[in-house]
Amino acid sequence: MKTKLLAAGLATIAIPALAETPVLTVLTYDSFISEWGPGPAIETAFEATCTCDLRFVGAGDGAALLARVQLEGDASDADVVLGLDTGLTAAATATGLFAPHGVVATTDLPVEFSDPLFVPFDWGWFAFVYDKTRLATPPTSFADLAASDLKIIIQDPRSSTPGLGLLLWVKAAHGDQAAEIWAGLADNIVTVTPGWSEAYGLFLEGEADMVLSYTTSPAYHLIAESDDSKAAALFDEGHYLQIEVAGKLAATDQPALADQFLAFMLSDGFQSVIPQTNWMYPAKTPSTGLPDGFDAFRPAKSLLMPPAEAAAARDGALAEWQTALVR
Amino acid sequence: MADSARPLNRVALVPAALLLALVAVPLVAVASRATGFALAPADWAAVRFSIFQALLSAIFSTLLAIPVARALARRRFAGRGALITLMGAPFLLPAIVAVLGLLAVFGRSGMMNDFGAMAGLPQVSIYGLHGVVLAHVFLNMPLAVRMILQGWQAIPTERFRLAASLGFGPAEVARHLERPMLRSVLPGAALVIFVICLTSFAVVLTLGGGPRATTVELAIYQAVRFDFDLGRAALLALVQFAICAAAAGLAWAVVRPAGFGAGLDRQMALGAPRGWRQVVDVGVIGAAALFLLVPLAAVILRGVPGLFDLPTSVLGASLRSIAVAAISTCITVSMALVMAVAVASRARGAAIIEAAAVVPLAASGLVLGTGLFLIVHPFASPTSLALPVTVLVNTALSLPYVYRLLLPEARALAADYGRLADSLGLQGFARWRWLVLPRLARPLGFGAGIAAALSMGDLGVIALFAGESQATLPLLVQQLMGSYRMEAAAAAALLLVTLSFALFWICDWGGRRAAA
Repeated sequence: MKTKLLAAGLATIAIPALAETPVLTVLTYDSFISEWGPGPAIETAFEATCTCDLRFVGAGDGAALLARVQLEGDASDADVVLGLDTGLTAAATATGLFAPHGVVATTDLPVEFSDPLFVPFDWGWFAFVYDKTRLATPPTSFADLAASDLKIIIQDPRSSTPGLGLLLWVKAAHGDQAAEIWAGLADNIVTVTPGWSEAYGLFLEGEADMVLSYTTSPAYHLIAESDDSKAAALFDEGHYLQIEVAGKLAATDQPALADQFLAFMLSDGFQSVIPQTNWMYPAKTPSTGLPDGFDAFRPAKSLLMPPAEAAAARDGALAEWQTALVR
Repeated sequence: MADSARPLNRVALVPAALLLALVAVPLVAVASRATGFALAPADWAAVRFSIFQALLSAIFSTLLAIPVARALARRRFAGRGALITLMGAPFLLPAIVAVLGLLAVFGRSGMMNDFGAMAGLPQVSIYGLHGVVLAHVFLNMPLAVRMILQGWQAIPTERFRLAASLGFGPAEVARHLERPMLRSVLPGAALVIFVICLTSFAVVLTLGGGPRATTVELAIYQAVRFDFDLGRAALLALVQFAICAAAAGLAWAVVRPAGFGAGLDRQMALGAPRGWRQVVDVGVIGAAALFLLVPLAAVILRGVPGLFDLPTSVLGASLRSIAVAAISTCITVSMALVMAVAVASRARGAAIIEAAAVVPLAASGLVLGTGLFLIVHPFASPTSLALPVTVLVNTALSLPYVYRLLLPEARALAADYGRLADSLGLQGFARWRWLVLPRLARPLGFGAGIAAALSMGDLGVIALFAGESQATLPLLVQQLMGSYRMEAAAAAALLLVTLSFALFWICDWGGRRAAA
């Protein structure tokens, strides 16, 4: 009863505000809206063009985002969901909660990407990051890594998106041999963490020689800390892509504004903020170009399973991974 | 006694019912959205591993705590009070901060391996079951030490004097005084630690070394986040409750009230045994202090460099965390006190109250958060209720600790003074003012400290609810870590630990002062 009263009270406060300027609510992951993330600058830039109020709502990390959308269902207050990745778009499509976006724009992704429901806003290659001062000759393939006695830290594919990305990377690169690759890697893996931040933190503390992260991670240390000791190992089989996307919810009460936001997403006002706040490649390179360090580690070959294929491969790949690592 | 028990009984059932509802209703909300109920085959392996590691953690934490608590109880030395307070600090650390502190000592490039390398020893890895248990002992032994130490201090000094005048040696003292006390305290302590470790998530995964160390909580994560299988999540949460209920039943079957009777409350320095026993006590206190304080020092050292470039949002986050902690502590302590006193007076319905005070420990944070989200969402924006919901959940999650701390002393109070108070007609407000509150001031202060610190450090459900500007300090630490800012995260974690410890110290000190 108290909740209802409170809700009624809040609704009365909210109504006059609604009448003045339209509100566009964007559901995204927490680090996007933190004060050092892309959120604040993007909010200012978009509000300058739309005469609207852009509100970001955080929903934990990337993996929690889709669950949140499903929990809210049709009753969601959100208009746009920003931050799903290509490992999750098949499941997101299957919910039937997203509407076609109609954005036609060219992007600078290293692979062809077009999806009727989702617009990409940034992307990165998964890679093992190491410290050049401690490791002179990094491995050049998964087989090379498995044969070495290097210690690595990875993330759990059951709780984090990079962990799932690695699973799909090995599967896309090695297909039927994926299980053997994992068996070979088993003695290199120091531990498997629940999320990216624990793994990266452990690596920086010197707990492993390499950590699963992104090719752009060294650029963070270079730009933010003037530290050029970190590097990403380039693998011959190519690197798996993570493409982060946004989509419009079918139940939105601001469809036009949502479309406007998705189109704005690929403009300079949004894209120029991405590299040094989200530390990923912008989906469309802004006119100002990329900051230093973003060209340092560019794999020759990019791997990406189509969303439906990735979703179909997941359970089998997970079982292989578990069998290989439970010794 | 019956006269005083009955009204109290009815009052105490209210918080108990609220607690049970807070745990059960979200579970039902999650289950109501399920499309089917089935466990995956791997889930049973997760259940087995969860129980096994929690059992080992509880056994080691409590057994290792006994000699430490005994040494602290019978020795007097300069800085003893400060050491006891400080040794409680690891219990207040957020899991990932504790893990990083432990790794500075036991990690691959930690101090132990550096010393080992100098001595030509092979590298020792902390990752695996032993690392999980080590971390759980580090986090929970402080709680066990404090609970057992309270037990020791609750034995009236007169009993020790009687033992001395009867010519009891250490063996007889152990048999007639210490073992009965342990039997009344240990099962509760072990139960609480078992259940905490059962639902432990980040520690087990990070130090577990791989999918061998899969817990029920991870399976719940997977079910909610990647499979959106709410039926499986609800079922797994139910399994956790079942394990908790079984453990609680076992603990109740073993526990026996010690029945020492009342003393004259005179604290006296007793002649503690000399000779080799003194050497052992010094060694035990020294070893425990090293084990608990060196990783803590590592946390402090890691945090100091980043203190000056913390983001400005740290101030708001700190104030929000303190406000949440203060409010939930007041509610928690009041509820726990009413419940413990009612159970101690053996009022009818005591079993329900006992159950309500343990069950929240076994609640899966993710299921609780998801359920509350489902309940709140149709009526109000979850973001607007982030802080009230956090207060509510923190209250439910910290109450079991406070209740456990209060119960043994509330029982002793009822046994020692209940009849006297009844015969004097000391009832209602006067009974609380002149008997219950003064007699229970020490455990109340300690319990309030634990509740405040837990509310500060607990991430709980805030991540599901918080919007743009409602981050609490633990959430801020997580966000900083999630965007490469490890130095700032370490500094924010240090701030969090310092504030938690300060709140804990204020409450604990206040309680001891009021008792003295």
